[in-house]
Amino acid sequence: MQFLADFLPAGIAMHAPALIVVIPLIMAAVSALMPNGRLGWLVTLITSALVAILALNLLGQVATQDVISYHLGGWAPPLGIEYRVDMLNIPLLLLVGIVGFLCVIYALPSVADEIAENKQALFYSAFLVCFAGLLGVTITGDAFNVFVFLEISSISTYVIIAMGAGKDRRALTASYNYLILGTIGATFFVIGVGFLYMATGTLNMADMAAILEQTGHNRVTQAAFAFIVVGLGLKAAMFPLHLWLPNAYAFAPNFVTAFLASTATKVAFYALIRFLFSVFHPDVSFVEMSFVWLFAVVGTIAMVVASLQAVFQTDARRLLAYSSVAQVGYMMLGLGMGTASGLSAGLLHLMNHALMKGALFMALGAFALNFGVRRVKDLAGMGKTMPASASAFTIAGLSLVGVPLTVGFTSKWYLVTAALERGWWWAVAALMLSSLLALAYVARLLSAIWMDAPPSHHGELMQRRLAPWMVLVPMSLLALANVYFFFHADPLVWLARSAADAVMGGN
Amino acid sequence: MLEILAERFNYIPIIILMMIGLYVVIATGNLVKRLVGLSLFQTSVFLLYITIGKVFGGSPPIIADDGHHGEDAGHGAEAVVAHGADAGEHAAEAADHAVDTAHQAAEIIYSNPLPHVLILTAIVVGVATLAVGLALVVRIREAYGTIEDDALNAADYSLESGSAE
Repeated sequence: MQFLADFLPAGIAMHAPALIVVIPLIMAAVSALMPNGRLGWLVTLITSALVAILALNLLGQVATQDVISYHLGGWAPPLGIEYRVDMLNIPLLLLVGIVGFLCVIYALPSVADEIAENKQALFYSAFLVCFAGLLGVTITGDAFNVFVFLEISSISTYVIIAMGAGKDRRALTASYNYLILGTIGATFFVIGVGFLYMATGTLNMADMAAILEQTGHNRVTQAAFAFIVVGLGLKAAMFPLHLWLPNAYAFAPNFVTAFLASTATKVAFYALIRFLFSVFHPDVSFVEMSFVWLFAVVGTIAMVVASLQAVFQTDARRLLAYSSVAQVGYMMLGLGMGTASGLSAGLLHLMNHALMKGALFMALGAFALNFGVRRVKDLAGMGKTMPASASAFTIAGLSLVGVPLTVGFTSKWYLVTAALERGWWWAVAALMLSSLLALAYVARLLSAIWMDAPPSHHGELMQRRLAPWMVLVPMSLLALANVYFFFHADPLVWLARSAADAVMGGN
Repeated sequence: MLEILAERFNYIPIIILMMIGLYVVIATGNLVKRLVGLSLFQTSVFLLYITIGKVFGGSPPIIADDGHHGEDAGHGAEAVVAHGADAGEHAAEAADHAVDTAHQAAEIIYSNPLPHVLILTAIVVGVATLAVGLALVVRIREAYGTIEDDALNAADYSLESGSAE
């Protein structure tokens, strides 16, 4: 860990918490000025690489020292805005940074195919704004700042989702509906923050927690809690609030779907954990009650219902989008257990899910890139025409089901263990049922890919057509990570475990 | 009952506006009207923030310009910022408390300027959202020739039953 903390010059390392947000924001402006998409992409690639490096450096700093508190502009909290890096948000920073970097490598051929040449530089610019927003939500220690970054990322997300309109005009209505629901969610969140501000007179989250502990809770903080849970639940696609997600994922450009599916809902889920554990205390009666009666219940329903919906989808990306809603349910269940092992299982699943969904959506993007297919039945014969992409898809798909030798098994194992610790047999049953349903929908995809014959064109079978290496490399890396982290589960388990300990262990 | 309402009269218009806004978003099928409702909803939240910045008897938060009082007044403002935000049921109490603290530091009570600053940011966010929303509506109209929800759904369904791409 020490070398991670030391490999950057001290001046940069000291300001890393600010730089990780500021660099993408400034580069977004630079990217917008680029004359063509290729240069815009280059700017984005360099930026995301820098962000990944900074995230690694921050990991080193946090692991060797302790919580990093960065005072923006030299104003000390609680009056100034504080950027705070601890064991809970460092996994998210790493996830957004590294998966973001891999997605950007993937972006060049995919975006070139889907978005008009004269709009590509602007598209990358909007992506970078979204990237900065997600990192900002993760790193900030100020409640109102969370709202601002949440909206920065959301507004740019609406834009990049709507860019899918070049291929399918339904991207526009999907983006519009997401805008309406997302804004309602953000406004609910800001109402909640307002109530908290009324009750505590501060916006710094650590300070809020300290004041709330002194003054205790009343109707105002309960209302704040409800508004914040609904607002962030909407952003995180918590079960009944997930309606924006399937269409948004199905019609966005492939690169956007791969990136959002592996980062955006995760970041909102992180913000929810941050508020539940670091602002409100899990021992407070109404928070404790919400674990069992809200998150565990909603999570379980999502696991079963959304998986069931996924089984009947005709559009491959929509199918995986419903599966994403179900996977958020797994994380909610882990959170709802209210124990350190439950939370760490949920966080482990969060990271693993990013690995599988990233690879799956990238593979679907590769199929769409070469053959323009998006429906499940059109995937027929992809195992013969695009063997590499199909293999990556298969590995990640099996991981989604939770087959041993993949990370999906690891996180489900931890979830089941945590559920048994609490004696929740019904949760284990729901997990099994949901895994079976996952098997059903993944089997539909895999049987089309491997069993069906490739479509013939004028009596000739479709020829083998490999995806460009820029698509293959990040996709294979993510797919292999699904296997690698089964055998070397320690780093991810350690991250998840210390994140859970950081928020549960008094702190 | 009446007393409780009277003490919280500032919240009544906020709640009414909020509900009208949400209702419009849910009830109308017209995409532009839905954005109007959304803006109304957001604006009601801006009002909520603005009203909690009010401290009874407070003057505008501008530091008095006579030199040596400046620093003391600054402390007073800080105390008000820290404690004056307790609106609603605690408003009077908080104001009293703020008055005490402010008395010790300087004899000026300031209103809390922080919510206004926050809302300036939120207004910018709201404008950006509205702009993106309207831009999307323009594009939807170009692509579909309508901005009515029902017609949009009908258009997409016919797309699906016909030969899609």
